[in-house]
Amino acid sequence: MVSRKKTRIFNIMIAVFVGLVAVMFILPTVLTLANSFMTANEISANYGAMMGNMSGEGKKVFISENVNLKFIPDKATLSQYKSVLFKNPEYLFKFWNSVILTVPITLFQLAVAVLTSYGFSRYNNKVKNLIFFAYIILMLMPYQVTLVPNYLVAKSFDILDTRWAIILPGIFSPFSVFLLTKVMQRIPISYVEAAKLDGANEWQIMTQIYVPMCKSALISIGMLVFIDYWNMVEQPIILITDPDAVSALHPLSVFLSQINSGDIGLAFAVGTVYMIPTILMFLYGEDYLVEGITAGGIKG
Amino acid sequence: MKKKSGNQCGRRGEKIFSNICIIPSLAGVLIFFLIPFGIVIYYSFVNNSVPAQSDFVGLENYKAILHNTSFRIASKNTALFSVIAIPLAIIIPLWLAILLERNIPCKSIFRTFFLSPLMTPTASVVLVWQVMFHNHGTVNQIIEKFGGNPVDWLSSKYGFYVIILMFLWKNIGYNMILFMSAIGGIPKDILEVAELEGASKAYQFFHIKLRYLSPTILFVLILSLISSFKIFREIYLLVGNYPIDRLYMLQHFMNNTFEKFNYQKLSTAAVLFSLVMIVVIAILLITEHFFGKDVEN
Repeated sequence: MVSRKKTRIFNIMIAVFVGLVAVMFILPTVLTLANSFMTANEISANYGAMMGNMSGEGKKVFISENVNLKFIPDKATLSQYKSVLFKNPEYLFKFWNSVILTVPITLFQLAVAVLTSYGFSRYNNKVKNLIFFAYIILMLMPYQVTLVPNYLVAKSFDILDTRWAIILPGIFSPFSVFLLTKVMQRIPISYVEAAKLDGANEWQIMTQIYVPMCKSALISIGMLVFIDYWNMVEQPIILITDPDAVSALHPLSVFLSQINSGDIGLAFAVGTVYMIPTILMFLYGEDYLVEGITAGGIKG
Repeated sequence: MKKKSGNQCGRRGEKIFSNICIIPSLAGVLIFFLIPFGIVIYYSFVNNSVPAQSDFVGLENYKAILHNTSFRIASKNTALFSVIAIPLAIIIPLWLAILLERNIPCKSIFRTFFLSPLMTPTASVVLVWQVMFHNHGTVNQIIEKFGGNPVDWLSSKYGFYVIILMFLWKNIGYNMILFMSAIGGIPKDILEVAELEGASKAYQFFHIKLRYLSPTILFVLILSLISSFKIFREIYLLVGNYPIDRLYMLQHFMNNTFEKFNYQKLSTAAVLFSLVMIVVIAILLITEHFFGKDVEN
C-alpha cells in the first residue's frame, strides 16, 4: 500500500516535470496566436526595439530598449487580422501561392505513391528491388544534392521561374513511396486471394483493398508531405529567382521572414493565418499521425 | 492441371500490371533526378558546361572545392550540426517516451503538446524565436535577472545552440511518438521474466529494451538525418541568407554558388555530398542488418 502510494506521488512528480517541458513545446505556437490579437501600437511598444534592429540592413544597431514578450495582449482586437485580410492583400496572395504549390504536390505525390507502392509490394524481382533501393538512397539525399539536378531539368524544360519547377520534382519525390511500400508489404496476401476468388481484378484490389487498408498511413504521410512543402524555403529561393516571378510566385513561407522586419504589426496575425491549415490538419489527424507511421515506418 | 495453367496466366498478367504501376514514378524519378544527376556528374569532371568548349579535367574541380574556404566552413558546420543535434534528437525523445510509459496523468495532452511543433509552420513562429533570443529579448532578460551576462544569441557562436534548440523543438515530438509505439511493442513476458529473475531496471533497459528498440532507433536516426539537412530553413528565416560563419551551412554555399551560375562548382559539391551520404547510408544499412539479426534470435 505504502509503496503504491509512493509510486503515485512519483508519477505525479514526473507528470509535473514532463508537463512543464510539454508546455515549453507548445509555447511558441500559443504566443504567436496570443500576440496576433494585439493592436499595432502595443506591438511596436513591446517589440519596437527589434524593428530598429532589423531595419539596419544586417548591421547591428543597439537600442537600449527591451523587447518584452507578452503572453496576453492588454486589449484584444482583430485589427491585425483586418489589415491582413482587407488592407494588405499581398499576404493572402502569398498564402494562395503556398496553397497552389503544396496541395498539388501532396495530392499527386500520394497518387503516384499509391500506384508505385502497389507495384513494389505485389510482386518482387531483382530489378524492382534494385529500383526500390535507389529510391531509398534518393529519399535520403538532401536538397543540397537534389536541387542541382532539379535546376538543370527546369532549365532545359524552360520552366525555371514558374511553379512547375517546384511542383514537378515534388510530385516524384520518393519519400511517400518508401513509407507506403513498407505499409503495403505488411498487408496479408490472404486478403488478395480472397478478393481474387470473388473475381476482383488488380485495379480493384489496389483501389478497394489496399487503399482503404492504408487509410491511416495515407493520411499521416499526406500530413507529413504537406507540412514539409508548406514550410518550403530551399526550392523557391533557388528555382524562382527572377524578381517578377519572385513577387508573383513565392510562397508565404519564404516571404514571412521578410515581413518580420517591416510590418511587424501584422506578422503575428499572418503567422497565425499561415498555421491554420496545418493546425486544423493536426487536430483532425493526430491519431492517424500516431498510428499510421508507427505501423509503417518501423522496421525499415 | 487446367486450373493451374489458368492461374499462372493470371499471375503473369498481375506481374505485368505490378510492373506497369511503377512506370510513372520511375519515369518521373529518371527525368527529374537520375538522368540530370548523370549530367551533374559529367559537369564535375569538365571545365565548362558548354559541351563544345569543355575539356575533361579529371579531379581538378574536386581539388579546387576541397580547398575552397567557404565550402570547408559550410561542410564543417553542417557536419558538426548533424553530429550534435541527431544524438540529442534520439536520446531526449527516448527518455521522454520512457517517462510517458508510466501511468501518469494527462498523458495524451502532453503527447499533443510535444507533437504540435511538427505541425506548426516554422515561418509562423519564427518571430517568437526572434523575440526570445534578441539582444534585449526574453532569454537575456531572464539571464540578467539572475545576475548573468546577456549573450548576443543570434550573431555569435551561441547562434549554433539556438539552431540546435529549434531543431530539437521541431523533431522531438515525432521521434518520441515513434519510440512510444516501439516500447509498446516489446513483448511483456520477456520483461516479466527479467523482473522475476531480479534484473535491475538499468539491466532491463540496456539489455532488453534497447535491443528491441534498435530498429526504431535506426529509423529515427535516418529521419533525423534527413531533417538535420533542412535546418537551413530555420537559419534562413531567423537570420537570412548571409549568417555569421558559425551558421553558414552547405545550403548557403549552394545558394551562393547558384547565384553565380557556377555549374562546375555546384555539380562537384553535389557529387561530393552525395558520396558522403552514400557512405553514411551504407554504414547505417550494415548496422541495421547486424542489429536486425540480433533481435530476431
